[in-house]
Amino acid sequence: MASMTMVQALNSAMDVMLGRDSDVLVFGEDVGYFGGVFRATEGLQKKYGVTRCFDTPIGEAGIVAVAVGMGAYGLRPVVEIQFADYIYPAYDQIVSEAARLRYRSAGDFIAPLTIRAPYGGGIFGGQTHSQSPEALFTHVAGLVTVIPSNPFDAKGLLISAIESDDPVIFLEPKRLYNGPFDGHHERPVTSWAGHPASEVPLEHYTVPLGSAAVARPGAAVTVLTYGSMVHVALAAALDSGIDAEIIDLRTLVPLDIGTITTSVEKTGRCVIVHEATRTSGFGAELSALVQEHCFYHLEAPIERVAGWDTPYPHAFEWDYFPGPARVAAALRRAMEA
Amino acid sequence: MADSPRLSLHIPEPTRRPGEPPDFSAVRPPLAGGLDRPAVDVEASAIRDLAYGLIRVLDDDGKAVGAWDPHLEPETLRSGLRIMMTTRALDDRMVRAQRQGKITFYAKSAGEEAIAAGQALALRPDDMGFPTYRQQGLLIARGYPVAAMAHQVYSDRSDPMQGRQLPCLYSSRAHGFFTISGNLGTQFSQAVGWAMASALKGDDRIAAAWIGDGATAEADFYEALTFASIYRAPVILNIVNNQWAISSFQGLAGGEETTFAARAIGHGLPALRVDGNDFLAVYAVTAWAVERARSNLGATVIEHFTYRAEGHSTSDDPSRYRPAEEAKGWPLGDPILRLKTHLIALGEWSEEQHTALAAELDALVREAQRGAEAAGPLAQADPTVKAQAMFGDVYAETPWHLREQAKAMGEG
Ligand SMILES: Cc1ncc(C[n+]2csc(CCOP(=O)(O)OP(=O)(O)O)c2C)c(N)n1
Ligand SMILES: [Mg+2]
Repeated sequence: MASMTMVQALNSAMDVMLGRDSDVLVFGEDVGYFGGVFRATEGLQKKYGVTRCFDTPIGEAGIVAVAVGMGAYGLRPVVEIQFADYIYPAYDQIVSEAARLRYRSAGDFIAPLTIRAPYGGGIFGGQTHSQSPEALFTHVAGLVTVIPSNPFDAKGLLISAIESDDPVIFLEPKRLYNGPFDGHHERPVTSWAGHPASEVPLEHYTVPLGSAAVARPGAAVTVLTYGSMVHVALAAALDSGIDAEIIDLRTLVPLDIGTITTSVEKTGRCVIVHEATRTSGFGAELSALVQEHCFYHLEAPIERVAGWDTPYPHAFEWDYFPGPARVAAALRRAMEA
Repeated sequence: MADSPRLSLHIPEPTRRPGEPPDFSAVRPPLAGGLDRPAVDVEASAIRDLAYGLIRVLDDDGKAVGAWDPHLEPETLRSGLRIMMTTRALDDRMVRAQRQGKITFYAKSAGEEAIAAGQALALRPDDMGFPTYRQQGLLIARGYPVAAMAHQVYSDRSDPMQGRQLPCLYSSRAHGFFTISGNLGTQFSQAVGWAMASALKGDDRIAAAWIGDGATAEADFYEALTFASIYRAPVILNIVNNQWAISSFQGLAGGEETTFAARAIGHGLPALRVDGNDFLAVYAVTAWAVERARSNLGATVIEHFTYRAEGHSTSDDPSRYRPAEEAKGWPLGDPILRLKTHLIALGEWSEEQHTALAAELDALVREAQRGAEAAGPLAQADPTVKAQAMFGDVYAETPWHLREQAKAMGEG
């Protein structure tokens, strides 16, 4: 065990997998010598050599395409897209190719790649360093979409993603890289040190894909969320005094529907929280599923708290970021209905 | 099968890393003035050698020599110097503001100022620019107020972009400066479209686009070359090869195998490779490409061979991936110093004038900064201003769901 930040835990996952499986390799823009702009691959090139962890040209379509080709050969590439905002040039390779290789070849070819990308706001990155594009991937058949919220899960999920034979979109909440930010930006920055989930085994372990976690048990209302918003929801529960049960989905597709329905059937109320824009966001899917599975248990309309339907504006970080006040207000509305 | 050797993969690596002395032995700048200047209606296939050479005008003594000497008036030279020095003064001041926590981010163009300055003066003011975040000099050259740049960088109440963009991602249609994207490469092929439109409409304006060496790996780069070539679009396609793309040396974009200018050859486009730290040479090659485009002879690719003298942006520390002393060893010198030396050699400038200009520009950018600080952060403006800045311009007409969200934001 060691106390790790989320970046260190991700680094440890890649380290473990590079060490265990000679078919695993890590590449992307600035990930080799420099160790990545967020340091997620620091030291890996030094330890495993330039053929296992290397820099690529600035061509996201090319990065994913060569990963698909390597996967076809039998390797297990782990690629980094420097910011999720820069994944769009690779969209065709992800959607039309990686996601469908298995299906269109009747299992003859697979795309066992992991595409890591930092996502989300809270760092004054403006509209091209802050987006949360998960719904663009959850909508695509054949892709697994994973979003961790703490160091322990980040490592275990990333190892599962690398070991998976399906293409995994692994979105990392960059605002959580170095501490469990709960949206209270006016307060001093907190670090992961001392947080229970920062205790991370040094060796190999997995957190299974497709399984949610209960981040906070509660009886009054169910909160469905993931990534940075898990910590915001925890703060909102504390601030409002509402006994919310907070579900950290961890994997969006395939979704752990059992954990969701068990909780909503217990509480009868549901608030969905994500940082991504609201319209056609993953919250819409969650809302529909809860309605389909739990309609007769619901005692209040389902609430959604999400990013506004605008690009992420540089100046208005905290007006845009769905912070604890907005989540607490939604919890209250759900309780009052 | 038995006879084939085992395959192995080549992974490009720069020759020097931190802790080692800089190595520019691969950069062997030819003497200034050595290359011929072809007629602008030359066949692209007849000038392929220029894609591998290096057009230089200023020699080591600051004299302008050779066929590419644009014979500029001293007044134009002084304008160029002023644009470059304004750019550097603004960059220095804004980086200082970032270090003091007053702004979130900044990207300098230190060492590359001659490119935007020289090209702006060779283009017509109404020609359209599709820049990256390192062509702030183009805005300055076209008379965009430095004060407005500071407002943008500060995301303050007078920010022309209403706080929507990261610092340095300017936009000004009135100054022929296309809104800068954070996503690399996209502007390169868009510029071709603008140029195609100008040709379709029988206009006489041309377009110019810029891209970094690193970003040439994006598909947009090749699409730009293909479209520009087949439609003979009136566009100048500039590659700013400053040797680095964050921590990645230009070899990772293919600079080890051939030049960036040579990418044009397979597309049948003429290419010029120029000393990007030589204001006169930059001006001269641009003027050549401008004349060619304006004579309906189509696009030109220009590689500006230069060096990113400082970090990528305020977000990185270059001494983590390249020798700390590397910038000092760059064989093509500093563009401002070289033009200054030239002007002094001509008897058209003096140390005293230079010092006075530096002081004047320092006062100008300080004044711009004071203006930005006085305006105050847009983030603290009143709710209606904020709602307009946040929800306006998403669509031509704000639909019901955005109006609802704006209201919800106002209510907290
Ligand atoms: C599509 C895309 N991918 C990655 C990035 C991240 N990024 C920003 S600048 C940069 C390096 C660009 O280098 P270069 O093109 O050489 O331009 P320079 O910064 O040297 O002027 C990278 C990788 C981005 N902005 N857009
Ligand atoms: Mg560069």
